[in-house]
Amino acid sequence: MSGNHDHDHSEIPSEPALRVKALETLLVQKGLVDPAALDAYIEYCETKIGPRNGARVVARAWVDPAYRERLFADATAAIAELGYGGRQGEHMVAVANTGTTHNLVVCTLCSCYPWPVLGLPPVWYKSDAYRSRAVIDPRGVLADFGVTLPADKEIAVWDSTAEIRYLVVPERPAGTENLDEAALAALVTRDSMIGTGFPLSPGAAR
Amino acid sequence: MNGVHDMGGMHGFGPVRPEANEPVFHHRWEARMLALTLATAAWRKWNIDAGRFARERTPPADYLRYSYFERWYAGLCRLMDEVGLVSAAEIASGRPAPGSAKATPPVRAADVKAILDKGGPSARDHGRPGRFRVGQRVRARNINPEHHTRLPRYARGKSGVIVRDHGIHVLPDSSASFKGEDPQPLYNVRFEAAELWGDDAPFRGAVHIDLWDCYLDAA
Repeated sequence: MSGNHDHDHSEIPSEPALRVKALETLLVQKGLVDPAALDAYIEYCETKIGPRNGARVVARAWVDPAYRERLFADATAAIAELGYGGRQGEHMVAVANTGTTHNLVVCTLCSCYPWPVLGLPPVWYKSDAYRSRAVIDPRGVLADFGVTLPADKEIAVWDSTAEIRYLVVPERPAGTENLDEAALAALVTRDSMIGTGFPLSPGAAR
Repeated sequence: MNGVHDMGGMHGFGPVRPEANEPVFHHRWEARMLALTLATAAWRKWNIDAGRFARERTPPADYLRYSYFERWYAGLCRLMDEVGLVSAAEIASGRPAPGSAKATPPVRAADVKAILDKGGPSARDHGRPGRFRVGQRVRARNINPEHHTRLPRYARGKSGVIVRDHGIHVLPDSSASFKGEDPQPLYNVRFEAAELWGDDAPFRGAVHIDLWDCYLDAA
């Protein structure tokens, strides 16, 4: 990974910035892309998709047993009920954390990730370290996140080798009996839906 | 292909480094690179499997040296050159070849949301009949093709149990080389950690891998 920290405001652009700019200019000149469309793709990724969508799905599954049943029977359809779907979420499967099993999602071959419910993947998810180690040493990976599981808990790692995208449904935290769905959704972190974290405790949500 | 992209089970890449409050993009060029990849795909000169295969063919030393979106840059340039959309010479010079026709019309901003909302499902109504059923024990074939495949090396020759039938899906091995979709059943196969990594496997549990019918034999 690049170790430099130049940003858009830096006076000397990094080499990739120059190369990508040159490529965009060429593609515009050839009539292959419209810069305004590029802006629209970026806006979609920055505003329409993201872990707040997935958090709504998880919170609904916590409060509505019928929805939970539909989510585990046909996650694509259940997620579409809340208005989410599309690219990199065409075929969704939800997997439940239980008292005996903890789920962890990875893509060892590239960077497959459920865009509609989680947004674009974070850098660590795409990193060689995560891709190589999640399937052989998931407990070591979890330790990098400060997560320790009970010794007797089984781990199910889901390697996203096809177009199926996995969403982890974490266990509902204790002490949340009086919270409504919106308050519950605020407890659901991105990492808890990948399996590298847990939901926040009540009172910890901002 | 037995490329460096097939990383499952490798050692030596160091710890995973989570970043607090990570932005969607760290640099604007990364956002432009993602958008260029999505916008050029709309010309339908390739498919998602060919896109992945192009990135995998980045020479290993370069692949490991590049950041994520540099890998995308390398893959897109290779792909556009191979399908004749933009030549390597044009990319090197930064100018359209003299006399080259201007393509039109590209994807418009107004169409982007509908394109992304629609996505590109890989499920198909018809395909090869399935040979396996949920609950059956199977063994992943020991294949080592030079072409694209989604059967990771760490699972080859290993046995597991089919836990889910995903229905019929496009086969990436064929699709990535523009040899047709060859739709066939896709299953989720559960491989015990000890089967994959030996009796001293570092964890108790299993790895679930989505595998196509032709990757498997009955075990």
